[in-house]
Amino acid sequence: MKWFDYQAPTTLANTLALFDSHPGAYLLAGGTDLLVQLRAGRKQTDLVLDIKHVAELNEISFDVADGLTLGAAVSCAQTYENAAVKTHHPSLAEVASIIGGIQIQGRASIGGNLCNAAPSADAIPLLIALSAKCRVASSKGERQIAVEDFCIAPGKNAMLPGEILVSLHLPAPKKGSGASYLRFTPRNEMDIAVAGVGASIVLEGGVFKHARIALASVAPRPLFVPVAGDSLIGKPVNVESIEAAAELAKGAATPITDMRGTVEYRRHLCAVLTKRALEAAVKQAQEAK
Amino acid sequence: MRSKTHVHTKINGEERDFLCEPRQSLLEVLRDTLNMTGTKEGCNDGNCGSCTVTLDGRIVTSCLVLGVEAEGREITTIEGIARGNDLHPIQKAFLENAALQCGICTPGFIVATKALLDKEPDPSEERIRFFLANNLCRCTGYDKIIQAVQQAAKEMQA
Repeated sequence: MKWFDYQAPTTLANTLALFDSHPGAYLLAGGTDLLVQLRAGRKQTDLVLDIKHVAELNEISFDVADGLTLGAAVSCAQTYENAAVKTHHPSLAEVASIIGGIQIQGRASIGGNLCNAAPSADAIPLLIALSAKCRVASSKGERQIAVEDFCIAPGKNAMLPGEILVSLHLPAPKKGSGASYLRFTPRNEMDIAVAGVGASIVLEGGVFKHARIALASVAPRPLFVPVAGDSLIGKPVNVESIEAAAELAKGAATPITDMRGTVEYRRHLCAVLTKRALEAAVKQAQEAK
Repeated sequence: MRSKTHVHTKINGEERDFLCEPRQSLLEVLRDTLNMTGTKEGCNDGNCGSCTVTLDGRIVTSCLVLGVEAEGREITTIEGIARGNDLHPIQKAFLENAALQCGICTPGFIVATKALLDKEPDPSEERIRFFLANNLCRCTGYDKIIQAVQQAAKEMQA
């Protein structure tokens, strides 16, 4: 790797001030994307800011009113080992356990998975389905970005120079809710999704009250498909309503053909995975009663 | 300006201080600065697991950790696994089951296996394969490694 300086600020204010005065700096959480990119020369910088010593970025807490707060530097392993995550957002625990292998999960963060903005990122479709919001801060102030608006192009996110992702906020699950992320990979572990689908639903009296669906690896960015989720609202839980939503998700996908799969294959996977993800979410909602 | 950073850490139970450049990985520091060459470099991008060490009890690929990040933290490498002159039961099981051929992946597998068995003394075969999925071996075809882990698990429980 080319030379860079390293600083590990311990407060959010110091981090923001440093980032403001060094616009070319890169933020280091788990490093599982950044260090690979720096070593390969795909990114260059004079300063790496290690953000793991900032309290706000390490927070992981849950309460009924505010839901789940997940600091941007919290590792996947800390996420899936957390009792509140396992209880209230089992689908998030599940997705944290399929990103990379165990060694990667001890370092890589859900926040980093989001900031890296890969179209294939496993966590992002689920975060979109779960209506997560991003707390973004700079030395000038703070703002909130909905997760579905956070990624704008492959490897590019909506943050402006000087802004950092502080934490993710997931509303507490409502009664009768369920969520799931499913992906297709040739190898069971340590692989990149050919296609992936995150789905979140709320049931009331055997009818869909709320539904959100988002897709991975089939567009230049993680793709929120409101039309697919909306199609379920007010519909009874049955094969027809679920298959209709799956077809809408398939129709929204704009994949490319590459080494991992063809356009047709990926579009087909979108329908299959949407159906299965919805079925898994429904099962979770029904069992939680 | 381009000065090295002083890092204080604990490696295999011993307090260790070293100087490193911020750009150096923990793997480079271990091998090139501290002459602890038991930890191997494979792919150098986190895929192969040969450079696996534990950092505060969690296994990590040391190629994806900066040496400076080790400040104040505890590391265990393959050199810290044997009990004095006696091989650890995991090491014995790897030998007895011929769970290695060229040996480059072996230190990483053993460190990862120890992390698994310390937490989960009786894992299923599926769990073993899942846990070790970040460790690649191009010689054995994995079955012998799985058998070695299963044997080690039995012996460590006995």
